[in-house]
Amino acid sequence: MSPLLKVVESADTGQFFAGPPQEKFASSGGSAVHEVTSVGATFKLDIERLTYRYWLEREQREFLAFADVSLKVADGEFVCVVGPSGCGKTTLLNVVAGLLPYDEGALRIGGAVVNGPGVSRAVVFQQASLLPWRTVTGNVRYGMEMQRRFDETTMRERADYFIKLVGLSGFEARFPSELSGGMQQRVNLARALATDPEVLLMDEPFAALDAQTREFMQSELLKIWSKQKKTVLFITHQIDEAVYLADRVVVMGTKPGRIKAEFAVPFARPRTLSVKRDPAFLKLNDEIWGLIEEEAARIGVIRAPE
Amino acid sequence: MPAHSATTTEPVPVPANHHRVRPPPTLFQKHRALILGSSSVVIMLVLWELVWQSGSISPLFFSGPSAVARRFVLELQTGTLLSDIAYSGRNFVVGFSLACLVAIPLGILLGWYRNFRLLVDPFLNAFYATPRIAFIPLIIIWFGIGMWSKVFIIFLAVLFPVLINTIAGVKNLDPDLLKSARAFCALDRQIFVTIALPSSVPFILAGVRQGVAHGLIGVIVGELFAGSEGIGFMIAYAGQTFATDLLLCGVLITATAGILITMLADRIQRHFSKWRPNDVGG
Repeated sequence: MSPLLKVVESADTGQFFAGPPQEKFASSGGSAVHEVTSVGATFKLDIERLTYRYWLEREQREFLAFADVSLKVADGEFVCVVGPSGCGKTTLLNVVAGLLPYDEGALRIGGAVVNGPGVSRAVVFQQASLLPWRTVTGNVRYGMEMQRRFDETTMRERADYFIKLVGLSGFEARFPSELSGGMQQRVNLARALATDPEVLLMDEPFAALDAQTREFMQSELLKIWSKQKKTVLFITHQIDEAVYLADRVVVMGTKPGRIKAEFAVPFARPRTLSVKRDPAFLKLNDEIWGLIEEEAARIGVIRAPE
Repeated sequence: MPAHSATTTEPVPVPANHHRVRPPPTLFQKHRALILGSSSVVIMLVLWELVWQSGSISPLFFSGPSAVARRFVLELQTGTLLSDIAYSGRNFVVGFSLACLVAIPLGILLGWYRNFRLLVDPFLNAFYATPRIAFIPLIIIWFGIGMWSKVFIIFLAVLFPVLINTIAGVKNLDPDLLKSARAFCALDRQIFVTIALPSSVPFILAGVRQGVAHGLIGVIVGELFAGSEGIGFMIAYAGQTFATDLLLCGVLITATAGILITMLADRIQRHFSKWRPNDVGG
C-alpha cells in the first residue's frame, strides 16, 4: 500500500540516512540537527510531537496517520504500543525505524535526532521477511552485512552467539522454508539483535503465529530480553501480549492516531506465563480493553457499549 | 489421543509390524509417473501400429511406427540424417547461447533501471506482440539463406521469452525483503546483489525453458523457409515428396530434442532452487 510505495520511492531518490556507527549525541554538530533539550534527561528513544501524514493516491487526499505523538522510552525499558487497527501504530514504528521520513516533530535516539534508517535501530517485522535462499546463519548475518560495520570474524561470532541465544543451535544450515513460523521469527529476532541496535523495534512479530506458539515466543522473548536488556518498542494489537511483556503499555486512539493513555505494568520480573492468570493482570487487561473498545465505538467499528 | 496419554500403566502390546507409521511404498507407488506415463505411450504405439498394419492408412498421408523406425535406421546408414541433425543442432546451440548471453544481462539492466525500461518498453512490447515469423523474409534478405539467417531466427525466438522473464524477475522484488533491507541501511548495490539477483534466478530459468521451446520452433521454421540442410529442411523435403515416414522421423527427432533439452533445463532449475520447499521446487 501507500506507505510501502513510499519506502521504495524515497529509497530511489537516495535520501535515506545511513547513520554512522552509533549515532550518539548530536554534539558533533556535523549535520544541522535540533539541539538536544536537556542532557540530564536523555531517553534512549524520544519521540516528540511527531505527526505523520501520507497521500492517498486513489482518494486524492491526505491522510493523517497519527498526530502529535510524544513518547519517551528509557534505556532498557520495554514499551508496548497497543491500539485498534488503523490507529497508526505500525506507521509510527515505520517512522521510528526510518522507513518513512517524517517532517513534523522530532525523533531522537540516544539524544541524536534521526530521520531515516540507521544502525541505532533494528526491526523485527511481522512477516519474517527472511531471504528464502539463505540458511539460518546467512539470514542472521544479513542485517550485519547490510550495515557494513562488523568485520568478518565479528559477524561470524555474533551470528553463532545469537543463533544460540534464540535457541536455534543445530538449525544453522536450514533454509527458512524448512522452519516453522515460530522458528522463522526467532531467526528474524536474531538477525535484528545481531546488529546490536540501541533500540529494538518489533512490529506485531507474533501476530502471524498460532496461539500456543505465540505464548511460547512471548516468554522466550522475555528471557532473551532479560539477557540483552535492549530498549524495546513493541507494537501489538493483543492486549494480553502487551501487558505480559511490557514495563509500560501505551494505548493509542484512532482517527487520527494519537496516544490515549499509558499504563505502568507492576508485575515483577522475571515473569512466567502464569502472570497471565493473575487477577491484577486481568484487571489491567480489562481496563485497556475498555479504552480500545471506546475507540472502536467512536469510529463506528462496533456499537457503543450500552 | 487422551486415552493414550493419560494411562501410565503397562504399555499396550504393539503388533510387530506396527513400528512403521506408513507401510513402505510399493514399486508402483514409487515409480507411479514413470509406469503410468510409459505404459500409455506403449499402448498408443501398439494401437497406432495395429491400425497401420491393417492397411487402412495410405502411406501418402500418414505412416506407422515400424515404417518410421525402418526409415530412421535407413537414413542413419545411408542418408544425410546425422549431418542434418548436426547442422540444426549447431544452429540451435549458437542461436540459443547468443540469445541468453544478450537477454539475461539486458533483462537484468532493464529490470533494475526503471527509466531505461520505460524507454525500451514500447519497442519491447511491439516486438513481443509481433509474430517473429513475420521477420523471416527480412532476415533472409540480411543474412542470406545460409547458417546465419537460421541462427538469427533462433536468436530472436529465444531472446524474447528470456528477456521478458528476466525483467519480470528483477522488477518484482518481495516488498517485505526490500523493507527489511532498507531498515538495515542496505545500499542499492547490496539490494541488487543480495535480493534482486537471487530472486530473479527462478524467473530467468523459467524464461530459458520457454526459450528452448521457442528456439526449436525457430530451428524448424527457419529451415522450412529457405535452406538446403537440417531437420527442418528434411521435413519440408519429405513433405514435398510425400515421404510421410521421413517426415514423421523429423518430427520425432525434434520432439526428442525438445524433451531432452527441457529435462536438462529442469535439472539446472532444481540445482538452483534447493532452498525451495519440496512441493514447489523443481
